[in-house]
Amino acid sequence: MLGYILKRGVQTLIVLFITVVLVFFIIRLTGDPTYLYMPDDATDEMVEEFRKQMGFDRPMYMQFGNFLKDVVTGDFGESIMYRQDALSMVLAKLPATFQLAFGALFIAIMVAIPIGVISAYKQNTIFDRIGTGFTIVGQAIPGFWLGLLLILLFSVTIKLFPSGGGGSVLHLILPAVTLAAHSAARFARFTRSTMLDVLRKDYIRTVKSTGAPMYSILYKYALKNTLIPLITIAALDLGVLLGGAVIIEFVFSWPGLGQLLLNAMMGRDFPVVIAGVFFIALSVSVINFFADILYGLVNPQVRLK
Amino acid sequence: MAKKLEDVQTQQVTVVQTSQIKGSKKSKFNYYLKELIHHPSGFTGAIILVIVILVGIFGKMIAPYDPMAMDLGLKLLPPLSEGHILGTDQLGRDILSRIIVGTRVSLIIGGVTVIGAGIIGTVIGIISGYFRGWIDAVIMRIVDVTLSFPFILMVLVISTVLGAGLKNIIFALIIAGWVAFARIVRSEVLALREKEFIIASIATGVPRWEIIVKHILPNLFTPIIVLASLQTANYIIAEAGVSFLGFGIQPPTPAWGNMLSEGRDFIFSSWWLITFPGIAILLTTLGINLVGDWLRDVLDPEYKK
Repeated sequence: MLGYILKRGVQTLIVLFITVVLVFFIIRLTGDPTYLYMPDDATDEMVEEFRKQMGFDRPMYMQFGNFLKDVVTGDFGESIMYRQDALSMVLAKLPATFQLAFGALFIAIMVAIPIGVISAYKQNTIFDRIGTGFTIVGQAIPGFWLGLLLILLFSVTIKLFPSGGGGSVLHLILPAVTLAAHSAARFARFTRSTMLDVLRKDYIRTVKSTGAPMYSILYKYALKNTLIPLITIAALDLGVLLGGAVIIEFVFSWPGLGQLLLNAMMGRDFPVVIAGVFFIALSVSVINFFADILYGLVNPQVRLK
Repeated sequence: MAKKLEDVQTQQVTVVQTSQIKGSKKSKFNYYLKELIHHPSGFTGAIILVIVILVGIFGKMIAPYDPMAMDLGLKLLPPLSEGHILGTDQLGRDILSRIIVGTRVSLIIGGVTVIGAGIIGTVIGIISGYFRGWIDAVIMRIVDVTLSFPFILMVLVISTVLGAGLKNIIFALIIAGWVAFARIVRSEVLALREKEFIIASIATGVPRWEIIVKHILPNLFTPIIVLASLQTANYIIAEAGVSFLGFGIQPPTPAWGNMLSEGRDFIFSSWWLITFPGIAILLTTLGINLVGDWLRDVLDPEYKK
């Protein structure tokens, strides 16, 4: 097991290193990154001085070395708009985004399991059709539009939840539900197909023949074997949720990392953009690492591969 | 483990190579048509998709009004008033006309991106899978990183660096999108390479390019088509999201995403501004997904079980 953890740890480090390379490459897509850091009305002398100061006039490999060093030491520079340390701005917003992402994950799992189980148990009945319809629409609907609809319905029409902002559980419900929709649909589809496989297994037939009640067959014997793969794909989905949170936070003015990142992108505040992007990449890698370790713990076959 | 799960997902679009359908092109077409009619959800999707494509082709010709024509005397008219079936927006422009004209933008973005990402991903996937070795290792690490990075965030960051506009958004989508094709093509090629008919071709001295073009490429067709259909829907949603945030297609050019963005300011007074463009997106992605699911069912007998 220790060897497996070590191996996955090294892989995670490689992934993070390549993320650094990718971001380095992306901010140089238009050539000289100096202009990304400068306000539009900067004079030529200011640009020239900044280029020297940041080392953008030096050879590429030296620029990369500096970039890597800055990332490793957590020095992303100062926000151009707010003159504050970019990294601490990002860190301050991280908890709100995690609340939203984990809230969404919780809702998605809680909704998906019953739908998936009932669809599988009542295969090809009206329940299955409704469940499948839910998963199809849930996967096709754009999240941010669903958010607007929920605001229209629950904030404008029946005034049950606030339309935006943060601070209370009430504020969290609409954005978390919005963010959860896509994952819930995927999880439900996954639960249904896994349950269908499990229900066909011999041991389920054996349990059935003992006359055990249906709920106990479903819950004790079938669902438990579905949960492990479900939890792993759920953990992997956290990365998707963190990305999706960027738009959803904008829709609901949720005061998280996504909101900060978008404002930084609109103001071309690149130190903050880069710091934020790294933290999301880092979170995704760490989450995937733990998801893998978890999977390795419950499924020894994986470790041997 | 991430790998393992992705392999499972890959298998969903993996196709058994032997095609049971023999005969002329015409009977093949009839066979698929028959299959489609007997597949209720696929048939529904196909009808939706055909309508959307027709609307996209004829665009301006079938729009009742000029989508750019403003009339402040008629602003924010609710649906079904004074000849405006879906109402007017904050500048008195006809919403139905704007949705109709916006269809082409979404379809162009979905179509061009899927062709671009598909071709790049296929070429890189073939190189990676056929030649293996260090080049495969490097490519696959890049693919892993890009895939673990939230798609929408990647598109946003690239659009911020490149600036707004149709070309740049397509470019951003392609940079973030080719990896999905590369990974599936690679795994297909790896499997194909071990097949007897390829080994026999290599042994009899058939040139490399001929093996790739004549024997490998045709067998990649089905998984690529299935993936492409499902990816197109993702691209359309991503573009709408990016335009919604103000980084994609800029107003006054009508696009579904920026219509939602403009309508968001009037959510408390005029529900129709955000409702109808969203329905247009939902119908389009629903149509594409339903057809994609049908394609997978009909082309991939393994998955049907």
